[in-house]
Amino acid sequence: MKIDRFAQFGNWIFERFPLAKVWEEHMTHYYAPKNFNIWYFFGSLALLVLVNQFVTGILLTMNYKPDAKLAFDSVEYIMRDVHWGWLIRYMHSTGASAFFIVIYLHMFRGLMYGSFKQPRELIWIFGMLIFVCLMAEAFMGYLLPWGQMSYWGAQVIISLFSAIPVIGDDLSLWVRGDYVVSDATLNRFFAFHVISVPLVLVMLVFMHLVALHEVGSNNPDGIEIKKYKDENGIPLDGIPFHPYYTVKDIVGVAVFLIFFATVIFYMPEMGGYFLEHANFIPADPMKTPEHIAPVWYFTPFYAILRAIPDKFAGVIGMGGAIVVLFLLPWLDRNPVKSIRYRSGFYKKMILVFVISFISLGYLGTQPATPLATTFARIFTAIYFAFFLLMPLYTRWEKTKPVPKRVTEHHSLEEQLPAILEEITEFRPTESEIGDPAFRSSFFNRRPNAEGILNLLNRLAKNLKESLD
Amino acid sequence: MTNEGVDTSKRQFLTSALAVVGAVGTGYLAVPFLSQMQPSVKAMAAGAPVTVDISKMEPGQLLRVEWRGKPVWILNRTNEVLATLKTLDSQLRDPKSDESIQPASSKNPERSIKPEIFVAVGLCTHLGCSPTFRPEIAPHDLGEKWKGGFFCPCHGSWFDLAGRVYQGVPAPSNLEIPPYRYVSDTQIIVGESAEDKQA
Repeated sequence: MKIDRFAQFGNWIFERFPLAKVWEEHMTHYYAPKNFNIWYFFGSLALLVLVNQFVTGILLTMNYKPDAKLAFDSVEYIMRDVHWGWLIRYMHSTGASAFFIVIYLHMFRGLMYGSFKQPRELIWIFGMLIFVCLMAEAFMGYLLPWGQMSYWGAQVIISLFSAIPVIGDDLSLWVRGDYVVSDATLNRFFAFHVISVPLVLVMLVFMHLVALHEVGSNNPDGIEIKKYKDENGIPLDGIPFHPYYTVKDIVGVAVFLIFFATVIFYMPEMGGYFLEHANFIPADPMKTPEHIAPVWYFTPFYAILRAIPDKFAGVIGMGGAIVVLFLLPWLDRNPVKSIRYRSGFYKKMILVFVISFISLGYLGTQPATPLATTFARIFTAIYFAFFLLMPLYTRWEKTKPVPKRVTEHHSLEEQLPAILEEITEFRPTESEIGDPAFRSSFFNRRPNAEGILNLLNRLAKNLKESLD
Repeated sequence: MTNEGVDTSKRQFLTSALAVVGAVGTGYLAVPFLSQMQPSVKAMAAGAPVTVDISKMEPGQLLRVEWRGKPVWILNRTNEVLATLKTLDSQLRDPKSDESIQPASSKNPERSIKPEIFVAVGLCTHLGCSPTFRPEIAPHDLGEKWKGGFFCPCHGSWFDLAGRVYQGVPAPSNLEIPPYRYVSDTQIIVGESAEDKQA
């Protein structure tokens, strides 16, 4: 009887709202490739961090005051006097950095496995728009505490607009709403940070997912699972997203939360990388801090800006570094998607690109000495060479044959026992103490030099083969 | 909907007309929406001139005052500094200040009304950081070529002690000189130009 009522209520809803249909289409009957690896956690983690930012952000607005006279103190008030205010703020500030870590890894996954290629160009474009929105969101959010770094960071970034010929000065004046960064700027940045950009962000995430579910996920082998279906039209290499990947993603979430909580509770400032030291001093329009650097996630682009010794060209270089990412689907001319079947040359290019991106990120946090500037120029050249020369070097690549169905790789966990067996020597020893009838045997393992050498040789050989 | 007996060209005209009227309306509405982000009347009115007493300034001393929310520097330059300035022209991007902002009374090699007193807006012409005052010659971190000047810590721009930018740095032009005039030998007003007074 009771269950009947429950079912009736359910039916009442389903007749008026397509809840079950949407659930089936996007969860239980949405087939994802079965060979996802660790790189495929970062999409759902990005969604988790987005929710975290929304919830903690809304809570922070309840005590924050977007006023140049009150802002700095209201943040300190949240930190000291609001119950659990420190936790909510650290969740928000750590969430900002976590967002970029997750997104950069997510983007790198796309680069490795060719997830931006036909037919997923639009997913990549929506994703890039999300990335740009996220940068705007992070930049404007960083002004709100009204510390020294907030102030001078905003001053520098808004001045970027003034490099645009003819309209530049008027444009930067319009953005600031005053002749210098001031209360007017803070107030409008609050409005953008809290209302406009999050709204756009949510819409873009929605479109990103709609586009993804239309064409289906790529996978580490870079092949289309929809080509081989069973008699029911279900991809042979696909498994329903729910429960398989929902459950798998929960594991990813748990691991992520361990790291996230560790940062929040033990190193919320992350040694000045997540919250910069100079930002604990109230904004002073008269004095720029000795060393100003943006938060770590902007530093690769900031290093490019600094490396170019011309104001307008510098801004173009910085913007161009982001624009080339949008063009990626049309720059890479190789039909093979996954790095697994690409040439050694391409793998080396990706390696060099990663090194230059991380180096630029490091250099952006450091003062602009002549030596650092020289290095930044070299890495900037490599960054652009990787993308702009792509149409050339991807066309004549020697690729490996791509399998028709997804391949199986033994996970590290499965390989571990065999590896342990190889690198250690097994030695049963019998104890020589006591009565022979009651002697016990010891089983101990000691490192096996030959085995370790073999393993290293094999590793080196594999690495060399994959890079050839 | 049936299209029978419908004058489609009339329907097309009405659709287009509605679209145009809608676009014009949106355009008109965009004006107040966008211009509300301009500096307000209050912000434009703020920025009264600042009077500065320079009688107590020592040679080589730098004074910082606030004018329109911006830092303004007043520097008392020694004769050695003025002599050094003359030797730098070949290393500068705009030694004659042709492409820089200054009142006519300061468009000279020293970029000031009186050579010894230098007045400038203390914001880098690159991206608006406030450069640091580094009068010492050839300090360890800036190297042998440094003859004293202003160094921008943000992006490494170099300016000499007349606010003139060096070559090969990101800043495009010399530091801006604000309008200012002498009330007496020991007092200047920042925000009112000498030209205005003469006129």
